[in-house]
Parts: sequence; C-alpha cells; structure tokens
Amino acid sequence: MENLIALLIAAPLLGAAVLLVGGRRLDAVGHWIGTVLAAASFAVGVVLFTDLLGRSAQDRTLTQHLYSWIPVEGFQADVAFRLDQLSMTFVLLITGVGSLIHLYSIGYMEHDERRRRFFGYLNLFLAAMLLLVLADNYLLLYVGWEGVGLASYLLIGFWQHKPSAATAAKKAFLVNRVGDMGLSIAIMLMFTTFGTFAFGPVLGSQEHPGLAGDATGGKLTAIALMLLLAACGKSAQVPLQSWLGDAMEGPTPVSALIHAATMVTAGVYLIVRSAAIFNGSPDAQLVVTVVGAVTLLFGAIVGCAKDDIKKALAGSTMSQIGYMVLAAGLGPIGYVFAIMHLVTHGFFKAGLFLGAGSVMHGMNDEVDMRKYGGLRKYMPVTFATFSLGYLAIIGFPGLSGFFSKDKIIEAAFAKGGTEGWILGGAALLGAAVTAFYMTRVMLMTFFGEKRWQPDEHGHEPHPHESPRSMTIPMIVLAFGSVFAGGLFSIGDRFLNWLEPVTGHAEGDSPLSPMAVTLITTALLVVGVALAYAQYGRRPVPVVAPRGSLLTRAARRDLYQDDFNHVVLVRGGEHLTRSLVYVDHTLVDGVVNGTAASVGGLSGRLRRLQNGFARSYAVSMFGGAALLVAATLLMRAV
Amino acid sequence: MSFPLLTATAALPAVGAIATAAVPAARRNAAKALALLVSLATLALAIVVLVRFDPGGDRYQLTESHAWIKEFGVRYELGVDGIGVALIALTALLIPFIVLAGWHDADPLETGSRRWRPTQGFFALILAVEAMVILSFEATDVFLFYVFFEAMLIPMYFLIGGFGDRAHEHGEAAASTQRSYAAVKFLLYNLVGGLIMLAAVIGLYVVAGNFSLQEIVQARANGSLHMATSTERWLFLGFFFAFAVKAPLWPLHTWLPNAMGEATTPVAVLITAVVDKVGTFAMLRYCLQLFPEASKWATPAILVLALISIIYGALLAVGQRDIKRLVAYASISHFGFIILGIFAMTSQGQSGATLYMVNHGISTAALMLVAGFLISRRGSRLIADYGGVQKVAPVLAGTFLIGGLATLSLPGLAPFVSEFLVLVGTFARYPVIGIIATFGIVLAALYTLVLYQRTMTGPVKAEVEAMPDLRARELLVVAPLIVLLIFLGVYPKPVTDIVNPAVKQTLSDVQKKDPQPEVEAAK
Repeated sequence: MENLIALLIAAPLLGAAVLLVGGRRLDAVGHWIGTVLAAASFAVGVVLFTDLLGRSAQDRTLTQHLYSWIPVEGFQADVAFRLDQLSMTFVLLITGVGSLIHLYSIGYMEHDERRRRFFGYLNLFLAAMLLLVLADNYLLLYVGWEGVGLASYLLIGFWQHKPSAATAAKKAFLVNRVGDMGLSIAIMLMFTTFGTFAFGPVLGSQEHPGLAGDATGGKLTAIALMLLLAACGKSAQVPLQSWLGDAMEGPTPVSALIHAATMVTAGVYLIVRSAAIFNGSPDAQLVVTVVGAVTLLFGAIVGCAKDDIKKALAGSTMSQIGYMVLAAGLGPIGYVFAIMHLVTHGFFKAGLFLGAGSVMHGMNDEVDMRKYGGLRKYMPVTFATFSLGYLAIIGFPGLSGFFSKDKIIEAAFAKGGTEGWILGGAALLGAAVTAFYMTRVMLMTFFGEKRWQPDEHGHEPHPHESPRSMTIPMIVLAFGSVFAGGLFSIGDRFLNWLEPVTGHAEGDSPLSPMAVTLITTALLVVGVALAYAQYGRRPVPVVAPRGSLLTRAARRDLYQDDFNHVVLVRGGEHLTRSLVYVDHTLVDGVVNGTAASVGGLSGRLRRLQNGFARSYAVSMFGGAALLVAATLLMRAV
Repeated sequence: MSFPLLTATAALPAVGAIATAAVPAARRNAAKALALLVSLATLALAIVVLVRFDPGGDRYQLTESHAWIKEFGVRYELGVDGIGVALIALTALLIPFIVLAGWHDADPLETGSRRWRPTQGFFALILAVEAMVILSFEATDVFLFYVFFEAMLIPMYFLIGGFGDRAHEHGEAAASTQRSYAAVKFLLYNLVGGLIMLAAVIGLYVVAGNFSLQEIVQARANGSLHMATSTERWLFLGFFFAFAVKAPLWPLHTWLPNAMGEATTPVAVLITAVVDKVGTFAMLRYCLQLFPEASKWATPAILVLALISIIYGALLAVGQRDIKRLVAYASISHFGFIILGIFAMTSQGQSGATLYMVNHGISTAALMLVAGFLISRRGSRLIADYGGVQKVAPVLAGTFLIGGLATLSLPGLAPFVSEFLVLVGTFARYPVIGIIATFGIVLAALYTLVLYQRTMTGPVKAEVEAMPDLRARELLVVAPLIVLLIFLGVYPKPVTDIVNPAVKQTLSDVQKKDPQPEVEAAK
C-alpha cells in the first residue's frame, strides 16, 4: 500500500510536465488533462485513507523509501515519504479542494488563451504541495516548500503583462525567501545538533521520543524560532505578511487554492509536524502564540478597511491563519484544533474566494465592492454558497467555523495565567472583528442598491450566474463549510484521528466551554450589528470616505509596506548604487594602482596594448630564465 | 603500455584546433562542423574516462608518466582523481554547447565593414582552450600544471579581444576599445597571478627537489620533507594568489565583469563556466595538499574574503544595468560559495564545492547562453531596452526563467544541492559565517527575479514586438542543459559518488575531521 504514496505526487507532476512541455497541440484538452490528474491523485488519496482507517490507531504511519538523494560523508538525505494521520489530512484537503478548483478554473479561465499553461502551473503546485506534506525529512520538505513558492510565483504573475502582477509575484517570492532562510538555518542546526534532519530520528513518535528530546533548550529554541521564521513567510504572519495582499493579483482560483486553502497553511503544518521540537522550548512556543495573536488582529483590522473584495478576504485569511498559529503555539492543547481549523477554513475560505471569483466573473472583473451591491437577486447560487461560507467563518453556531474556532479560543484560555487571558482575549476580539468585516463584505456585495459602474471600455456590467463547472465546486465547498466542523467534533472524531501523531493535552481553562461559547456568540452579534449599522442601514458611498486614522492605516496595511519601501527598497537601492560606484572606482582603482606601483605595470600595460604578444613572450621567457637560473644555483650549492 | 587515454582526451581538441584553423577561409561552415565534431568526440573520450574511473580505486588513476626535462626533474605526469574527472566531464560537456551557441558569432560582418572576422580562428581558439583546461585538470606535475595554467591565457586573450558582440550601443569603435581594454585587463591580472605563482613553483622546487605532486605530498606526510612554517606560508600565498585571481575572489574580481561583458556570450560562458574552474580546482588540489598547515593558517582570512565575495557580488549584481555584467557579478558571488566550501574543510563543504563547480558551469551556461540569444535579437545588453519578451517569445522567456531559477538555487534543480552542502558544511564549523552566507540566497532571488521581471514581463516594448522565439539550433543548446539541471537536482548521486573519495583523501591530507553532532545519533 505504501508504494502508492509516490503516485499521489507523480500524477500531478506528470500533468505539469506534459502541459508545460507539450505546447500548443494540447491547448484543446490541456485543462481536462490537468483536472483528471488532480482527481486521480485525490482518488489515490481516498484509497490510502480507507487503508489507514482499516488499521489500528498506532499503526497508521506508512513510509516509502525511493532512493538515496544526496549521499555525502556524514550527510544523508533521501527521497522518502511518510504518510500518517497528519499528512493524510493534508493530502485529502489538497487534492480534494485542488480538484474542485481545477474544475472551477475550466470555466473561469475559458477565455484565457494561456489556459493550458495555467493548468500546468496548478498541477505543478499540487505536486509540490503534496511533496511538502509527504516528505520524510526536512530537506525534502524544503524542496516542496520552495516548489509551492515557485508555483505561487508563476500563478500570481500569471498575467505577466500587468506590471502590478509581475511585481506582486516577485515580492511574494522574495519575502518567502527570507522565510526560507529560516528553514535553511533550521535544517543546518538540526544537522549539527542531531547529525540528521529526518523526521523519524529527530522527532520520534509518541512512544519513542526522538533526538529532539536530548538536545539542550537553547538549541531547540533556536531551531524552533528558525522554523517559525519559515512559517511566517509561507503563512503570511507578522512580520512577513506583506506579500499576501498583493498576491491577489493572481487569478481568483489561485487565490482560493494557494492563498487561502492550502499553501499559506503550510507554516501551520511545519509547526505541528515539528511538535517534538516546539514542545521542548516553551520560549519559542510563547513567541509562536504572540505571532499568531498579533497576526489574527492585524489581518482582521486590515480586512475591515479594504474595498477590494479579494484583499478583504486576504486580510481574513491572514487573520484565520493567525488563529491556527496561535493554536499551534499552545502546544499539545492546541495542535489538533490548529489542524481542524485549517481544514474547515480550507473549505469555507476556498468557497468564499470562488464566490468572489464568480461575482467578478459576472461583473467585468470588477473587484471594488463599492461598485457592487444588490447582487443576491442576480446570482442566487453564488449568493447562497457565499452566505453559507460567511456564516461558517464568523462562527455561526452549528457551522464549521463555530466548532473549530471556539476550540482555539478555549485552548487559548486553557494556556492559563496572564498569558491565557491575553491570548484568549485577543482571540475573542478577533472573533468580533471577523463578524464585522465579513458582514461588511456580505452587505456591500449582495445587499443594498446597485452601485454598478461601466468598466474602462465602457461596458455596463450584466451580472449573471456562473456556469455549472463553477457553481458545482462552490456548492460542494458550501457543504463542507456547513457540516465539516460538526462531523469532526461530534464524538471527538478529529481529535481521536490526529492525537496519535500530535499528542493532546487538556488545559486548565478559567472559563468553562459553555462560557466561552456564550461570550463568542455575544461578540459575534455585536460585530454583525455594528457592520449592519454602518453598511446595512445607510447607503454605501461609491467613493470611499476619508475615514478615521485607523481606517486609513488599515487601508495601507498598517503602513508596513511603506516601512519596507523606505527602509529596504530605498535603502537597498542606495546601497547597491554606491557599491557599484565603489567597485568601479575604488576596488578596481586600488588593485590596478597597487599592481602598477609594485611591478611598474602601467608601463607594461601600455606596451601590452601595442604589442602584447611580444611582451608576453618576453615575460614568459623571463620567467623561464629565472627558473633555470634558480635551479642551477640550487645544483651549485 | 596501455592506451594513453588522458593524453588523447586533451590531444584531440588540440589537434582539432590546428585542423580547424587550417580549413581554407572560404570553407567557413566546414570549419564549424569540424570544431563541433571534434568537441563531440572529445566528449565521447571524456565519457570513456568517466566510465573507466573507479571511485573506489587508487587516488590517481589512468596515470601516464614520462620524463620531460630531466635536468629539472620535470615530468609529463598525468592522472585523475574524482574531482578532476568531474571537471573534465564538465568541460567536455560544455564545449559542444559553446561551439553550437557561437555558431554565427564569428561570421564575417556584412559587406561594407572592413573588420575581418576569422571564423576558423574563433573555433580553433575555443578548442585550444579546451585542450589546455583539460590538461590542467589532468597534470599531476606541478610544473606541467603551471605551463597549461598560463598557456591558456593566450587563446583566451584572443577570444576576448578579437570577438565581441555584433551590436554595441556605442558603436563599433567604442566597442573595439572596450574589448581590448577588457582583454588586456584579463591578461594582466592573470599574468601577474601567474608570475607570482611561478616564483612559488620555483621555490617549491628549491625546497622539495622535484615537481611531482604525489611525491611531495607523500614526503610531507611521512615527514621526510620538512618545510619551515614561514616558507610554507609564502609558497602557499604564491599559489593561492594566482588561483584567487582566476577564480576570482574579492577584491581581485574586477577583470571578470569587463571580460564577460565585452566577450561574445559563448566566450563569456567559456570564461566563467570552464576556465575559472581551474582556479578553484587548483585551490583544492595544490593549496590544500601541498601546504596543509599554511592552508589552515590562512583559512580565517580566506573565509572572510569568500563571504565578502558572496554578499558583495550579489549586491553588485542587483545594481547592474547590463545583463552580461549582472551574470558576471552573480558568478563572483557563486565563486565565493565554492571557495567557502573548500576552506570550510568539511566533507559536506568540499563535496559541495566540487559539485558546485559542476552545477555552476551548467546553470551559468544555460542562463548566459539564453541571455546571449536574447541580446543577439535586439542588439543591446542593457536591461532597460527589454520588456514584455514573454509575450512574444514564450519559450525563450521560459528557458531564461529556468536558467535564472537554477542561478538562485531553487530546490529541485542541481545548484540547490551543492549550495546547501556548502552552507551546511560551513555552518558545521563556522556557524556565524554560515548564517551570513545564507543571506546570499535572498539576494540571489532578488537579482534574478528583478532581471526576469524587467526583461520578460510587463507591456511589450515596441523594439521587441517582432522578436522571434528560440530557433531549433538555440533550443538544441538550451534543452539538454535544462534536462541536466533537473536530473542532477533530483539525482546528484552519480557525481557525489565520484567526488566523495577524493574529498575524503584531501581532508586527510590537511588532517581535518568533520565536527560531530552534539547529540549522538547512536542513541
């Protein structure tokens, strides 16, 4: 059975190769090739899943060793895969949501002449993402890690003729590279500390702790913090969050798959996978929780101010991943819930993005919500599925987000002490703000009067429901948004499934679960009511008002980009420009000057320019004569 | 006596060079075809060397030894270890692509131009360089090595000075001046390095009484040859200086951007992918083996210079406006990594450095040759003159991107493996240096992606609108290189298996052991 693991990756990889190398001949069928191979990977995933379910909980880790990848004295990296409950969960999410989004893209990208290439990139993404979650060592994980970064780069910049898209793609790759530095250094630290970076020996299992248990706290903290840096890059957490908003330049299916449901959650996977390392370093865990809490508020605030529907959703994604990172930082209290929220979020956020794409599809690709309004009558299916996603994300009782987010808030309080109160408070506040900004999105898009504007070519929008290939994925994801949370939580199914890998501990919460639920629900009502008061009862102006200081800051992503621009971009430009000058005048000049003064080379330079061959012969002859003389001298002595 | 395989591998391109030069002026195409044929036959011989070489066997294999200048004990001694085999294979592999890429670079200019472009000479010189580079990888006699190390400057000088890009933004006269400046600068830097090395070679003979690498290394190991500390250090510096010019190491690097900028792109590839490797190869073979104590003594200073090369080269690449100079500075950064790996004195560092030489050769060839195809279409080396190329020439843009991704060491492509090995090997002994060097990977992404963005994306510039996509000959050059980059990224074992034993022996020559992990794996 374990021999099937490689097939999961091979199917989409084959698709990418065929579609990207195949050329125009495949234009007519390319999208189907891509979709079928994604679905094939999902099918293999289901087969493996049923196999795992048939085994006892302790016996659900399959490994497949393909070959020795980099064998060097003292250093061993293999191409080997590990399928356990954690990676299985991801495989189903990635291939399941991935297949739906392939299907959706057939309609969404219908009029794009480079559709075949788009599907090639999507398949490449699937292969890299599956490699990331299936790798059995950190170096192979790194290949998937940068592989998804490459796919993300290619897809954000898919419409390369737009300078904004090309810039956004480059920015995403560069910010992620800063994070990748963290992953590099973490692997190097593991190598010098443990002599290996394979999961088995380093992390061990619940019964047999690995080498991570024997290392000193300082080393573990260093490794953990470097892993966190990597996670911050990939998962758009503060301080490496700035790329995600710009990444919305990519086609909307990309935003749904890569920048909402799967790739951006890779950081959470990394932390949960490395639980054995983080558990050994309470200091690092504290930093993780702080990063999560700060980001969940940061993203939520930004989400409140954006008029671009995709950027509002991107802020929301950042915020929701903040919840997951917060949960992962709580250690065994939170690991399971981090992943559970990751999966439910995968459903509802992918659904919301596909809904946003459907709206844009019907509105001449307009993204400004101030130019929407009243769309519920024109796009009933989109409205219905989007609404279910909306209710799920704000945590409406009974829907997916309710179960998974509540658990995280509970877990944050369960951390105990002042920390528990602060983290829990931040999570609660975030829930209220989430309700506010999502209600705002709902109201501005589907309710109120029409504020439609003709596009730059003067075409009036004629909103219409999207084709079946687009609505079916939205409906399926809406089902997930509604039922997944309940399905996972009743009987603690998800907890029991994942616990053998991640471990689980009950915390000691000062608040009862009931109290947390009540407070969360109350705050949810407050958030919805505030949004309704501002955007439901009053007409929405087509031109954004100036807004308060906070609104203006939030529109500019809390000035983080401006900071980057002034300090890094401008500073960097000055540095490189002065270095170019220095290299040309100083370094070159000094070296030439030294040479000239030492050997009288300036004279030789002139002579060489005139008749270099003669001079060269002379110097060679001189050298040879010197050699002969020295040798004879030695003989004589 | 068995067949002198190593001599044949070098003699073939040497004879081929003479034959190519002798083709009558009117038969230009015959000369090209002959050069290509010879380079392919040399590749075939190099593959035979690769197959005949037994990684588990003696240190030097396929050896040949003949007396040459008896009075001075100079012998014609050849032999290869795993590192030499890998680099001979790289050289023989790249030359056919260089020949094919430069197919039209030495064609006579249109009527009206008075400049004479000796097509035959261009290809003959390339083959001559190949012969000398291969011989310097094969020589195990220090004097013999020196002769080839120096002699390759002559054909290189003519290649840089005699053949430039066909179009130049400042006109033919300015181009000619810049070209001869670049050629003379190349020659002077390397000549000075070579002369200092010559002094050290003589000094070594004075001390050791012969030129045989193996004999000297053995005599040093068993104590029969003692060198005073200061003598060893001076000799080491003499050798190292020459190699640091060739490699090139900061601050001796400034000849490279000039040379690579002014030469035709195939020649630029010849410089950075092939000829410069002799410098890093020689550090590994001569500096470390002949002068182990001095090598260790100089290590801290060299590591710092290598680190400066990495960061400085990358920052300067970011600041370039000329595509070819950008790649040149990127190469300076990469040579910093190679030298870092050599002097970190760990198995991972040195295996990584050797692998890096091979991978850098392939990746730079891919990037630079595609850049050359691009430049030949528009007649400008300036980045600002391009924009939106991916729209009109998607295959060209795609291959350029893959070359760029290899240059920034994307995992999955060959350079990642070597770069990570160098980093981890450095980190194991010098964590701070390892971490600072890691910043190089961010900067590499910056200069590569900025280059790609400015040339390939955005609105299509009027001047590139009619740009044709890659032609069959060009695709034939690029596609195999890309396949190799992917193959060696996914499965580098064939190369590491050959290289590892040689690295192990080099490390035992300098008496260095790898640092052990803190937590024993044998728990």
